[in-house]
Amino acid sequence: MEVKPPIPQVPPPVWSDFKDLQEWEKYHQERPTNDRTSEALASIADAIHHMPGGWIVTTSTDKIFNWARKSSIWPVTFGLACCAIEMMATFASRFDVERFGMVPWASPRHSDLMIVSGTVTIKMAPMLKRIYDQMPDPKWVVSMGSCANSGGPFRHGYHVVKGVDRIVPVDVYVPGCPPTPDSLMYGLLRLQEQVAHFIQTGERPTPTEPA
Amino acid sequence: MTPTGDGGGLAVPLPPARWQEFARFAKDRLGCRYFNWLTAVDWKEQGLEVLARLDNLEGGLAVTMRTRLQPGATRCPTLTSVFRGAGWMERECYDMFGVVFEGHPDLRRILLDQDWEGHPLRKDYAVDTPQAPYR
Repeated sequence: MEVKPPIPQVPPPVWSDFKDLQEWEKYHQERPTNDRTSEALASIADAIHHMPGGWIVTTSTDKIFNWARKSSIWPVTFGLACCAIEMMATFASRFDVERFGMVPWASPRHSDLMIVSGTVTIKMAPMLKRIYDQMPDPKWVVSMGSCANSGGPFRHGYHVVKGVDRIVPVDVYVPGCPPTPDSLMYGLLRLQEQVAHFIQTGERPTPTEPA
Repeated sequence: MTPTGDGGGLAVPLPPARWQEFARFAKDRLGCRYFNWLTAVDWKEQGLEVLARLDNLEGGLAVTMRTRLQPGATRCPTLTSVFRGAGWMERECYDMFGVVFEGHPDLRRILLDQDWEGHPLRKDYAVDTPQAPYR
């Protein structure tokens, strides 16, 4: 009877065996060098923590609420045209606005930002207004692209709303046709600055009247 | 009625009274059973012109039938009695140009709102006139 030599078995790879994953792990466990800001923040937090009663951080409630608001802006995805492709690219992993706490959400009930990306036709305008009305307060609107800003190349068409600010109040206008994801991200960061200075007045700005 | 060749097909100018008759002839005799499209042209003072293209896909024959309406006239016979698929295209033509197709079973606007004023693809349509609510 012939005895066959055993076939050498290759052990299955363990994730920690990979060099780049080791580097990844190490990078996320260590503080990066030359990071003066986080060192300073850590020392300040350390000092406050060792003060008597320092574990209570006193600040105005508006500031802490606004900090929470601007750190978790959920945009309802109102993609209407080619700008929506750039908006999707912004939400995707290459640009990744999730690090700002933004999650594209397909429900206006849970959202506090509406990114109007694309041409708003007159037939679509009542639906846009309805979705805006369904969002809970406080809420913000980003007008993305030339079409939503002013009607864009279709301004003199018979069926296009000449700017979405005739329907809903707009906080940030992002120019471009379509805007690159970088432009939209810049607009979203400017919106975060606005949200940080949000003061509850109980009033809502009205959309601009048609000229 | 003198047919002229235009590239791949045949252009047939017709009076509006013979519009349906020729469509039936093209369908039965020429084998043009595919109703390709229907549209209109606004020639300003000279009135509207309605065009329709019928195709014989097996034989490779294309017939473009066209009819000039009188200046100021908007009435044209319908082709829905010959081609049922002409219904929505005639509704679109009514929507954009205001051509009233006589005998159409359901002539309503198809793309624009039902309360829209005017017909946008007419040359005299004022595009930039601000109108309520969002125009």
